[in-house]
Amino acid sequence: MTVDRTKLATERVIGVAALVVAVLAPTLFSAFWLNSILTQALILGIGAASLIFLSAYGGMISLAQTGLMGIAGYALANMVTQRVPGGETKGLLLGWDPTVGLVAAILLTVGIGLVFGAVASRSYGIYFLMLTLTYTVIAFLFVGSVTLIGGFSPVAGVDTYTPGFIGDIVTDRERLYYITLITAVFVYLLVRYLVRTPFGVSLQGIRDEPVRMASLGYNVALHRTIAFGIGAFIAALAGVLSAWWFGQLSPTTMGLDATIQMLVIAVIGGLRRIEGAWLGAIAFLMINNEITNRIPSSGLPVIGGTFNTVIGFIFLAIVIVSPDGLMGLWDRMWDALRRRGGPPHAEPEGGEPAAVASS
Amino acid sequence: MAERIRAWGVVGTVPRALAAGLVVFAILYVLVIADPPDEFGGGNWRTTNTGSALDDPSTFLTTVLDGLTFAGLLFIVASGFSLIFGLMRVVNMAHGAFYLLGGYIAYEIQQRMTGSGFGLNPTEVNTLEWVVPWLVAMVCIGVFGLAVQQLLLRWNQGQDLRQALITIAVSVIVADQVIAHFPRTVPAGTQQFGGNAVSISWPGWTNRLVDLHVGGVTYSLSRLVMLALGAAVGLALFLWLHKTKTGMVIRAGVDDRQMTAAIGINIQTTFALAFLVGSALAAFGATVGGSQASIAQGRDGEWLLFSLVVVIIGGMGSLAGAAVGSVLYGLVFAFAVAYLPTTGNECCTQYSVVLTFALMALVLAFRPQGLFGRAA
Repeated sequence: MTVDRTKLATERVIGVAALVVAVLAPTLFSAFWLNSILTQALILGIGAASLIFLSAYGGMISLAQTGLMGIAGYALANMVTQRVPGGETKGLLLGWDPTVGLVAAILLTVGIGLVFGAVASRSYGIYFLMLTLTYTVIAFLFVGSVTLIGGFSPVAGVDTYTPGFIGDIVTDRERLYYITLITAVFVYLLVRYLVRTPFGVSLQGIRDEPVRMASLGYNVALHRTIAFGIGAFIAALAGVLSAWWFGQLSPTTMGLDATIQMLVIAVIGGLRRIEGAWLGAIAFLMINNEITNRIPSSGLPVIGGTFNTVIGFIFLAIVIVSPDGLMGLWDRMWDALRRRGGPPHAEPEGGEPAAVASS
Repeated sequence: MAERIRAWGVVGTVPRALAAGLVVFAILYVLVIADPPDEFGGGNWRTTNTGSALDDPSTFLTTVLDGLTFAGLLFIVASGFSLIFGLMRVVNMAHGAFYLLGGYIAYEIQQRMTGSGFGLNPTEVNTLEWVVPWLVAMVCIGVFGLAVQQLLLRWNQGQDLRQALITIAVSVIVADQVIAHFPRTVPAGTQQFGGNAVSISWPGWTNRLVDLHVGGVTYSLSRLVMLALGAAVGLALFLWLHKTKTGMVIRAGVDDRQMTAAIGINIQTTFALAFLVGSALAAFGATVGGSQASIAQGRDGEWLLFSLVVVIIGGMGSLAGAAVGSVLYGLVFAFAVAYLPTTGNECCTQYSVVLTFALMALVLAFRPQGLFGRAA
């Protein structure tokens, strides 16, 4: 067995084990852990997966994903909350049927994502990063300044109006956990499927050689726009789940801090592989949980400041030491193994293309 | 032509015609369609806070001035951002955090110099008490930016994405630290919770209105000073880049870094200098912006956005682009506030931020590299 096959088998075993643990989680972990760490990690992971999907297969590092998540959440909150005496007061309070609202919120987000994607479709690399960052900041300022749909104080009550097939998630947090888990698995499989379709393969071609793909007759801008739309769809799922999890929406969920947090998660996990999204999310939340409790209210010892300073330094260290994050470390470990111990004939057979296709 | 249309794909001819139509409509709206509100409320899609340019020329002129003076400030900050990018291909995501730190430093120095605490009477501040904080802030941020560049950005040149991520990390740390430690002086009776909104005072002589003798408009002198400072920065940068030897080296470095290094020029010194000046311009802008408005928590993200929008519109690394981008954005900003329809209390000036996106989308639809940018 070659090193690459061993690696693949190891990853499969780890993946299945992780899934088993995830399914059994409600019996294994405390309610706090389940709700605050695992559910949130799965949601943030879905958000990060939309970012990593675009970066790993489209070569587009998008900072618009938090903005799109927020747009989906705000759309849902405005559509489903009802105008009842003594009820919620903020937002449009359209009071639509929750199922209709859910579908409409996701469609709206995808639509906005397609417009965003079309505008950015001819920008590359660092330009793309900057442009998508402005999308999020604009979305943030929009919901903050338009008091009709939000304003700077939170819009609440979104979690009490869920579609029938979702059920009561306010009291039954285990239910929300499983819904999130199913969505996360769906997103993972969707991405794995998409990148093997002709569309996904040409998207990866565009990632590597946009000019060559254009001269071969592919519509580069259209491919990138559609990929961005798919990213927006995944972000919309994360946004809806996040709205249900928090139960309320405030502009800060799509502010600069949240955007950077999403990027930190994706970078900790690794921007090259989709698995990194959830790995990064759980690592981030565990660090967050460990550290936040230890910081006195007066700030960090000696230098002062909050958790942000700590995560800033962690982020800095990761970018300096391993820009590909934890998944990058993992891949490099196997590369080292292959170079040192692998049989000589393994090289041509199990080289880079196989690794890409299997990952 | 047929191939061209197909190649345009999503961003095709129809959207472009539509975009051009919208621009024409917006201009017509401001010039003739806009209508002042009735005395008794109500109104329709034509109702704005002020009348159209033909009905109410003085408000129109004031709005133009608002836009241009804001553009002066935008240019000061964005030109620093653009300078760093143009030469080194580093997108300094910490530019907003530098702005925040620079603003607070200037504020603290001014507080120490005047010694009168928060109840500072703006007419009593003399020019020196504004100039010294401004210079100190510029030197501090310039040196700080230089340190960041030497420690974190020098060894990984060419990896532009990694450098952007590094500057994001720096911005997170700096912004958090600034909020933890500034402002050090707050008004009596106010709790210092970190990141309080504070204002730097303009010199006293700017605190008056001047009569422009055009359409009976009187306008704030401090805002005109802001425009003058922006123009001065533009002129100084132009002369520096185009009339001095250092500027020549910088322009050569922008065009072809390797060739410039190969003919024996120490490009690293030039890089360091550009980062110093670019960072110092963030503090310059912060002193001016903090005098006109305020320095507060959240200003870092706002000014990062402003810088990004200006250079995305104008084209990265181009001085003329930064100037044109600033003017366009400043004008759109000012006109959105004055001329968006206001039917009812809830409508619609709060939607002005959407116009930021519209402006960017419009420019990028025609020129993906920005107005003055060169194809990457």
